Amino acid sequence: MSETNLTPARIERPTGLAMTMHNWKTALKTQTPYLMTFGIALWLGAYYLFVEGWELPRFNKLPGPVEVITEWLNPDPDWGMSLFTPEYYDHVVVSCRRILISFGIATGVGVPLGLFMGWSKIFRDYTFPILETLRPIPILAWVPLAILMFSGFETPVIFLATLASLFVTTLNTLLGVDSIDDDYFRAAKSLGSKKHHIFFHIVVPGALPFIFTGLQISVGVAWFSLVAAEMVSGEFGLGYLIVDSYMNITYVTMVIGMLTLGFTGWASSVIVRMVGNRMMQWRLRALALEGR
Amino acid sequence: MSDSVNSRGAISIRNLTKIYDPDGVNVMAVDNCSLEIAAGEVCMIVGPSGCGKTTLLNGIAGFHSVTEGEIYLDDELLCGPSKPKAEQGADRMVVFQHGALFPWKTLAENVAYGPMVQGVLKKNEALEKAGHMLAEAGLGDVGHKYPGEVSSGMARRAEIVRALINDPKVLLLDEPYRAMDSLTKSIMHEALLEVYDRTKVTIFFITHDLEEAIFLGDRVAIMTTRPATIKKIVDVKIPRPRSYETLSSEEFRKLVDETKEAVHEEAIKAFEAGERELA
Amino acid sequence: MADVAQSTNVGTVPVKRSKLMKKLQNKSLWRGVVALVGFVLFWEVCSQKLYMGVDVPWIGKIPPPTEVYDEWKKIFFWPGYWESFYLSTARVFAGFAMAQLIGIPFGLLLAINRYFRDIFFPPFEVLRPIPPLAWVPASIVFWPTTEMSIAFVTFLGAFFTIVINVLGGARNIDVQYLRAAKSMGATQWDLFTKVILPGTLPSIFTGAAVGMGITWEVVLAGEMLSGGGQQGGGGLGFFIWSSYMGGTVAQVIVGMISIGIAGYLSSSFIRYIGVVSMPWRRLF
Repeated sequence: MSETNLTPARIERPTGLAMTMHNWKTALKTQTPYLMTFGIALWLGAYYLFVEGWELPRFNKLPGPVEVITEWLNPDPDWGMSLFTPEYYDHVVVSCRRILISFGIATGVGVPLGLFMGWSKIFRDYTFPILETLRPIPILAWVPLAILMFSGFETPVIFLATLASLFVTTLNTLLGVDSIDDDYFRAAKSLGSKKHHIFFHIVVPGALPFIFTGLQISVGVAWFSLVAAEMVSGEFGLGYLIVDSYMNITYVTMVIGMLTLGFTGWASSVIVRMVGNRMMQWRLRALALEGR
Repeated sequence: MSDSVNSRGAISIRNLTKIYDPDGVNVMAVDNCSLEIAAGEVCMIVGPSGCGKTTLLNGIAGFHSVTEGEIYLDDELLCGPSKPKAEQGADRMVVFQHGALFPWKTLAENVAYGPMVQGVLKKNEALEKAGHMLAEAGLGDVGHKYPGEVSSGMARRAEIVRALINDPKVLLLDEPYRAMDSLTKSIMHEALLEVYDRTKVTIFFITHDLEEAIFLGDRVAIMTTRPATIKKIVDVKIPRPRSYETLSSEEFRKLVDETKEAVHEEAIKAFEAGERELA
Repeated sequence: MADVAQSTNVGTVPVKRSKLMKKLQNKSLWRGVVALVGFVLFWEVCSQKLYMGVDVPWIGKIPPPTEVYDEWKKIFFWPGYWESFYLSTARVFAGFAMAQLIGIPFGLLLAINRYFRDIFFPPFEVLRPIPPLAWVPASIVFWPTTEMSIAFVTFLGAFFTIVINVLGGARNIDVQYLRAAKSMGATQWDLFTKVILPGTLPSIFTGAAVGMGITWEVVLAGEMLSGGGQQGGGGLGFFIWSSYMGGTVAQVIVGMISIGIAGYLSSSFIRYIGVVSMPWRRLF
C-alpha cells in the first residue's frame, strides 16, 4: 500500500529502446526463442522434404520453399514476378489502396454509426434490425449484385470490402458503448454533464477499446473480402494475381502472392493495433502495471 | 467554503416504498421507510447485503424512481408521487461502490471534469483548482496519472475530491471501502474524517461494517432485511475530532456491542432467505 | 426469478402481466417492425422506374421486392433449389465438424503444454494472416477432386478461428480453479476433463459461432469459383452464380436471402447447443 509516503521516490520503468533490449536479453535466457526457431525450421523442413526432397505424390505438384524463395529474390525471375519486378508492386499497391479506401470508409461510417446506436435508444431501435437482417448474408453472395449496381471493376471490389468491414466495425462499436459501466454515466450526469459532454467524454473514450478490437478484426475481414472479390472479378490486385497465376500454371508466383497477402494482412493489423495503443495510453499503462 | 455549510444538506425520507418489477413480478426492496438526516450530519446506513440500502441511495441520487413516498433535500422535493425520479445534480455527489473515476482521464482531469462541464470554470482554471485540491488531499504528485496506475486507496480519495470540488450539499457513499484491507481502510477513514471536519458536508454512508459505521457516524441507522425499513437508530455521542484511539475507547466498544445484536439478527434472516442480491 | 418472488414478501399490488403482453407493449419491437417495413418499401419504390420517373442510382438497377417474391414462389417448388440448400449445408457442416475435431484438441494442446506451444504456434501464426480464399487455387492444385479442395479450404477457414479461441479461453482460466482442484487431489486427467475443458467451453462456442460464419463464406466462394457443374456439383453459391450468368437478377436475390437464412439458422443452432451444454451460464 504505497499511498502513505512512498510517492516521491517512484521507480521509473525503462522505456523505449532500453526496455526492448532488456526484454530481448531476458527472453534469450529462456528456451522459448530457441523452441520457436526450431518450430519454424521443423515446418519449413517438412515442407521442403515433402515437396522437393522426397517429391511425395500430390505434394510434388506444389512449388517447394527453395523454389519459391529463389524466385521471390531473383532479380531476373523465371515466371516474371519477384521482389525486383515493378509488376509485383503494382499488384501490392493496388490491393493496399483498395484496403485503405474501403477500410477508411467503413471506419468513417461504422464508428459514428455504432456510437450513435449505442448512445440513442431510438436510433438503435430503428437501425439495428436492418443491420441484423443484412448481416447473415455472406459477402460473397453480394458479388453479382455489386457488379450490377456499380459499373467498372474498381467500385464493386471496394464496395464488397467496405460492406464486410462496415458490419464488423459498427457492431463492435455498439458493443463497446454497451460495455461502458452504468456508473460512469451516472457519475458524469451527477457532475453536471450535458448530452454532448456525455457523448464526447464518456461514450467515445469508453468504447475505444472495443472499437480498436473491432477495427483489427475488421481490417482482416476487409482483406478476406477483397481477395474474394479480386478473385471473382477485377484486374490487378493480389487476389487476382493468385487466380491469374493459377490459370497460367505459374504456381510459384501463386505461392508468392499468398505469402505477400499474409504479410500485408499481418502488417495492416499491426498498424491498427499501434494506432490503438497510441490513442489509449490510459489503458496501456494500466495493463502494463498488471504485468500484461 | 466551511462557514455556511452547516445549514444545508438536510435530507428527509418520508414513507418511501420501492418495488422493482423484473419480468412483471413485484419485488419489494424498500417498504415504508422514513429517515431524517440533519444538515451536516454523518448518517451511516447498516444492513445485510442486498437489503435495499443502495435503493435508498439510488432514490436520493436520482438513479432510480421511487414507487411511493417522498424525499426532500433542504425542504425541496427531490422525488415523490408527482415526479417519481429525482433529477441528478451536482448538489448530491455519489462515490460508487466499485469506483467510477473515468479510467481514460487522469486524476486531475477527473477532478476538473465537474466544474468544466457545468461551465463554472474554464478548462485550465478547473485543472489548476483540481491540482490544488488534490494536493490538499495528499495526492499532489499523482495528479497526472491515470486511475489504473494508482492504488485503489488513492483512486477512492481522488473520487472524493472529484465530488468535493463541486461543493455538494450531500456526499453519498456506497460502500466505498468494501474491497479494502483493514489497514488501508483505517487510512481512508482518517482521510474522510479530516475532509468532514474541514467541510462539514452532510454524509450519507452505506456500509455493512459496524465498526466503520460507529467510528465515522453521528448516527447509525440499522436496516432490516428485504423489504427494508429502519429497524433501529443508534446515536453515536463520541466527540469529534475522532482519531484512531477512539476505536479502543470503552464507549466505542459498548456501542458496537449494542448494535451488533440487531444487525446479526437481520443478517441471519437475510442469509436464510438466500436470495441473490438485487443490483 | 420466480423463486425470488415467492420467497419475498410480495408487495400489496401483485399485478402480473403475461410475457406475450409485455413483448407486444415493447416499443423497441414496434420500432424494429417499422424500420424493416420502411426498408422494404424504400427498396420497392427506388427500384421501380414507375414511381420515381427516373432511374435511381445503384438501387434502380436491382429488381424490386415484389419481383423477388414472385420469383421465389416459382423457385420454391424446384427440387434443384432445395438440392442446392442441401449441398451447401452438407459442405458447411463437413468442413466445420472437421475443423472442430482437429482445432479443439490442437488449441487445448497449445494451451496446456508449453513446449508444444513454443514449437507449433509460430508456424501457425505465420500461416494465419493468409485469407482462406487465397488457398483455393493451391488447394485445387493439391487435392485430386474439387469437392476435396472446397472441403479443405472450408476446414482451414474455421480452423484458425477455432484454435485461437480455444487457446485464448484455456489460457484465461483462473489459476485458482486449478489449484483448488489439485488440492482436492485431482489427477492431471481430472484437471483436464473437469476444469480446463468446461472452462474453455464458452470460448469454444464463441469460436464456433464465428467459424460458422467464415465457413459459409468459404463454401460459397468455393462453389462460385469452381463453377459447380461436373464434379463440384451445385450448391447455393453456384445457384447464385448461374442465376447471375443467366441474367435473372431476382433469382440472385432469392439465392442471397436463402443463404442469409441458412447462415442464420446454423449459427442459431450453434448458440442453442452452447446454451444446452453450459447450464451454469444460463442464469446470466
